[in-house]
Amino acid sequence: MVRAVSGVRPRVDRATLLAWTRDYGVYVGVAVIVLFNIVFTPNFLSLENFRVQAVQVAPVLIVALGMALVIATGGIDLSVGAVMALSASAIALYLGYGPVVAVLVALVAGAAAGAVNGLLVAFAGIQAIIATLALMIGGRGLALVLVPRLQGIRNEDLRALGSGSFLAVPYVVWIAAVLVAVVVFLVRRTVFGRGLVAIGGNRRAAELSGLPVRRTLLLVYVLCGVLAAVAGVLTTARLQASDPNSVGVLIELSAITAVVVGGTPLTGGRVRIAGTIAGAVLMQLLVATLIKHDLPPSWTQMAQAAVIIGAVYLARDRRRT
Amino acid sequence: MWRDLFQRHGALIVLAAVVVAAGAGLDGFLTAGNLDNVAVGASFLAVIALGMTFVIVTGGIDLSVGTVFALAGVLAAWASQYGSAAALLVPLVVCGAIGALNGALIARAGLAPFIVTLASMLGSLGLMLAVSREGTVTHLVPDGLALTPLVHGRLLGLVGHPVLLVVVLFAAGGVVLGRTRWGQYVYAVGGNEQSAALMGVPVGGVKAAVYTLSGLCAGLAGTLNAVWLGSGVTIFGIGTELEAIAAVVIGGTLLTGGYGFVAGTLAGVLLLKVVQNVINAVGGLSSAYQEVVSGLFLVVVVLAQKWLSRPGAAAPTAPHGPSGPARTGAP
Repeated sequence: MVRAVSGVRPRVDRATLLAWTRDYGVYVGVAVIVLFNIVFTPNFLSLENFRVQAVQVAPVLIVALGMALVIATGGIDLSVGAVMALSASAIALYLGYGPVVAVLVALVAGAAAGAVNGLLVAFAGIQAIIATLALMIGGRGLALVLVPRLQGIRNEDLRALGSGSFLAVPYVVWIAAVLVAVVVFLVRRTVFGRGLVAIGGNRRAAELSGLPVRRTLLLVYVLCGVLAAVAGVLTTARLQASDPNSVGVLIELSAITAVVVGGTPLTGGRVRIAGTIAGAVLMQLLVATLIKHDLPPSWTQMAQAAVIIGAVYLARDRRRT
Repeated sequence: MWRDLFQRHGALIVLAAVVVAAGAGLDGFLTAGNLDNVAVGASFLAVIALGMTFVIVTGGIDLSVGTVFALAGVLAAWASQYGSAAALLVPLVVCGAIGALNGALIARAGLAPFIVTLASMLGSLGLMLAVSREGTVTHLVPDGLALTPLVHGRLLGLVGHPVLLVVVLFAAGGVVLGRTRWGQYVYAVGGNEQSAALMGVPVGGVKAAVYTLSGLCAGLAGTLNAVWLGSGVTIFGIGTELEAIAAVVIGGTLLTGGYGFVAGTLAGVLLLKVVQNVINAVGGLSSAYQEVVSGLFLVVVVLAQKWLSRPGAAAPTAPHGPSGPARTGAP
């Protein structure tokens, strides 16, 4: 009602529509693509296909969860793919000590990489793009130095982690679901979660109101690193091979897309976990649909690029222009 | 005083030190053949980094140049069957169009540069796969293409033509950025966009132009590289954007925009390539070490820049290039 006083009704309606599209467009998108597939794609409604899609979306979703937290603080993490490569190489190197040790080392490596990002961003005051870009180059390089070429993994436990299932749902999907629950809890119910959104909204105000801004930022990047490492472990377990050269290549783009398509603005100050999940599912279904209908990878990539631009265009901050 | 000197010429000083050390410590480093290798190898990166310098001085970033570089190579090799003019024009037009699209989305729609150029990186990758039939076909540059001897030629039998082109382009870039009204506009946009707009600087036009320029530079570099190699290799150059950004930053250009110069970028490119050459020459080190070193370099340089421009330091404040005080103060 307050807005209507300004006397530009049609523009207000358009703005409301745009805001609605930004917040809920992703669910419409998922619904449309599911309907399209039900009608035009044979065997889409099979349980097996559902499993395949869920397993394939899990790593991207896990990475996107961490990315959503980082983006909510107004930052960005381009290094997630490199962190996945680091975690894959850690698995290959430490599998000799047993799968538990190997996975732990991989997660610690992810936390360490995230800590480097966090220290550079929060304490040295370097732009997030550049700090994480450096790790994006250096991290994959380091992973390749440690494990120069694809290394097969022969370990029953890891194999089970990658392809086994519990109650007919793959472990990979269970892990993703648990991580979603943890992140939702963090964002909704903890001071840390409130704090990170407040930092993204207005860092100066957050500082003045006594929030531990630097510590929160550091923790957010560490969390993003650990989540990326989990994705690296799961991908390695599924492939039954550690491949630092190709694991997680361009995943930062998929994750950022999922977050942005899901309605979290790149400027920070807001976070939408449900939207992020829907965003990841939307991009996964888009790619799967294009592949099922025999469109080559080149088309999929160009379509993804168009969706990213479209989503960012819808989500852009209109107050600035 | 010495801080400004280091910000300005740090890359050159370190480059000189590395060259002296490598010359003393490594046999065969200071031979004509090796230096020629380094220079020619650096020339393609230098052309990309030149365009990136303009983008970063406006406070933006272009993450698409590595893939655009690769796309240009594939396009040039594909088009070379129709002659030299096509081999040169097709990639330049396509890459210029990609750069212009980046510029339009960033300048007119106000989207964040990194996400736009990240998306166009993916788009160009798709386009490159389409041209190379999903990466199954490597287009070859036919023998007897008129462009080939031009690229492989040497002035007076000494300086390779790519190196010569880099010298000419950087001289031109230096003049444009440092001595022209448009160059001052570029600094003004990077220094403070709103002030620049209030002073009557065509902010949107300048931004659109620098991204187009960056696309063109990456396209030119990719074309030359394909002709140099004799084929359009699809994986060559992916990731070059990181090297280009590192070179620009090492060269003293501030990532926050408003301060920088093309001569520093040239020194930054040479420094990166000399270090890579040394790493290759020291036996037993894989090429993956180059990436580690590039990443470390970037962090160290950015930290050093941060330290040099900390509050209280004699920081470079005036948005000017080598030409002296900015002239954009006049409305």
